[in-house]
Amino acid sequence: MAEIVLDKVTKQYPDGAVAVKDVDIEIADGEFIILVGPSGCGKSTTLNMIAGLEDITSGELRIGGERVNERAPKDRDIAMVFQSYALYPHMTVKENMAFPLRLAKVDNATVEKKVRDAAEILDLTQHLDRKPSNLSGGQRQRVAMGRAIVRSPKAFLMDEPLSNLDAKLRVQMRTSVSRLQKQLGTTTVYVTHDQTEAMTLGDRVVVMRGGAVQQVGAPQFLYDHPANLFVAGFIGSPSMNFVPAGLENGVLRSALGDVPLTDRVRGLLAGADAPREVIMGLRPEHFEDARLVEEHLRGGGVTFTSNVDVLESMGSDKFAYFSLSGEQATSQELAELAADAGSADVPGGGVSLVTRISAASTATEGEQAEIWFDADKVQLFDPDTGRNLTYSTE
Amino acid sequence: MSHALTTETKEKPGPSPKAKAALSEGKKAERRLGLLLCAPAILVMAAVAGWPIIYSVWLSLQRFDLKFPDRVEFVGLDNYVTVLSNSYWWNAMWITIVITVVSVLIELVLGMALALIMHRTLVGRGIVRTSSLIPYGIVTVVAAFSWRYAWTPGTGYLAEIVAGGEPVLTEKIPAVMVVILAEIWKTTPFMALLLMAGLALVPDDLLKAAAMDGANAWQRFIKVMVPVMKPAILVALLFRTLDAFRIFDNLFVLTGGSQGTSSVSMITYNNLIKGLNLGIGSTMSVLIFIAVAIIAFIFIKLFGTAAPGSDNGRR
Repeated sequence: MAEIVLDKVTKQYPDGAVAVKDVDIEIADGEFIILVGPSGCGKSTTLNMIAGLEDITSGELRIGGERVNERAPKDRDIAMVFQSYALYPHMTVKENMAFPLRLAKVDNATVEKKVRDAAEILDLTQHLDRKPSNLSGGQRQRVAMGRAIVRSPKAFLMDEPLSNLDAKLRVQMRTSVSRLQKQLGTTTVYVTHDQTEAMTLGDRVVVMRGGAVQQVGAPQFLYDHPANLFVAGFIGSPSMNFVPAGLENGVLRSALGDVPLTDRVRGLLAGADAPREVIMGLRPEHFEDARLVEEHLRGGGVTFTSNVDVLESMGSDKFAYFSLSGEQATSQELAELAADAGSADVPGGGVSLVTRISAASTATEGEQAEIWFDADKVQLFDPDTGRNLTYSTE
Repeated sequence: MSHALTTETKEKPGPSPKAKAALSEGKKAERRLGLLLCAPAILVMAAVAGWPIIYSVWLSLQRFDLKFPDRVEFVGLDNYVTVLSNSYWWNAMWITIVITVVSVLIELVLGMALALIMHRTLVGRGIVRTSSLIPYGIVTVVAAFSWRYAWTPGTGYLAEIVAGGEPVLTEKIPAVMVVILAEIWKTTPFMALLLMAGLALVPDDLLKAAAMDGANAWQRFIKVMVPVMKPAILVALLFRTLDAFRIFDNLFVLTGGSQGTSSVSMITYNNLIKGLNLGIGSTMSVLIFIAVAIIAFIFIKLFGTAAPGSDNGRR
């Protein structure tokens, strides 16, 4: 067990392309940290550099206080779980799990014991003599985990270990990965493109984009206090709504109507040197059916009326979708997020809005609904730099 | 989870007898169509391969020497007794086996090295691959003549440099070694090509995982790469062994079968075409056929080589 420190780590390929740029991350001993971001953001490259499967162009990587830049993967004492599981097809489950121990020339009795123990933890005991080709996806995934844990390495690296599983099993395995990590207390670096996994698994989350770290923090902190437009849009499902707004005399003029700045927002904006045109960000759960909001609370927010495009009832609450007239919020970050979500070419004239309202709401599809939102929850972003103008650490 | 699965399958209602009958009816029609579609190929194969095989078996059971066309008669297995009790035949058999085993083993090692180089090369991949395939692209007879001139004292540089002016092709063992060398030079690229296809079967992640598990380069090669690409290696070996067993052209040009360097194909040719002895010649060709069949059987049944074209997922 050990802490892992990435100190200005950069990866540049011979053709000049920079995959990872000046990444600084300090991972504490026993911490579960998630690298998350859209494909091509450099998260896997970062993981491979920690593993030793990719050379580090510049910067320093320290594991347990020692510089390991030049060490071969096998000398770093870390184990890795691959997306494809990378099980050896010619070996049985037992042989697969024993492989790292055999290579380390551990004696037979110890190998036997460690494999049994790992198999027990992962509920693989009855499959030990089977070949990987005869196992289900979930079982293969567990064998891959087993191969990693038998050695009791300094750290686990996991490269999208759950993305080849079907949705239901993924949720189940997510819990067991989390439990296993807690049980073993081994430093774990986990790469995923799925923000739900990032939110639910990690002690801390590192959001990456284009090879650079955007923000590092606890899941809830990233959700509540995104440092920029990219993090705001990436974390959360359904994602944050972005509406262009003009800042005039302490009032935000937008497609949702005029939004007065609350004291909190005004205070934060004062030090932020805000431009006149901003992007207003609102989480879906900060909306509510106006009829269900008590009178004395209404004053703290803004009410607008619009036609409900689509209404999805989730049982516990409802998602109401609106399209408002006016310009869509545009910025490089938002375009990237849309491209990653595959919605870049979806025609969307005007501002589309997702709201999460109470299940008790009587709003109906195709009819007008009166929707209220909390003006104090508004986050404002600079459309050019993407910076969160209302960022605070409290 | 598995418990839930089994109960699920149990609850599934079995197919009704009627549906079963309909299914087998459909299967039957499918099978008929399959046979019908295969029929043209089977007819062609029967005409060009089946009939000659049957005819040569028939010839091998007769005394049939074109020098004495009046004395053709059925002699049963006499020809086989004659051939199998003949020291020339057994000498040729041993020469063939030595050439086959030695050349195929060396080709396997060199071919694997070449395949790894071709697989790993990042710069000038096309040039490396093309240039290493040149020997395979040259007509064997042409290549064999070049080798012969190279080893002939007076005209050849190899005879001068390596053999010190000795006529190596006039002595049995050196001549066989030269033949083996020519074979290796010629067909290693083919081996490399087949093995490279096998290398492509080894997922990168597997090698990365092995590196993480603590394997060095040699352990990764022996413990992961080779077992995973075993099917490709066996197919390559099978192809090359069968090919090498029929060696004819290199020998024909390099030694002409002198000094007891004939292979089985060579003495078959001498008996059948030069000697006009259809009976003995056919007997020998049937024996070669049997030997080749045994090699193929050993590879496919004992080593579990997937027969080329039948990808049954046995890996």
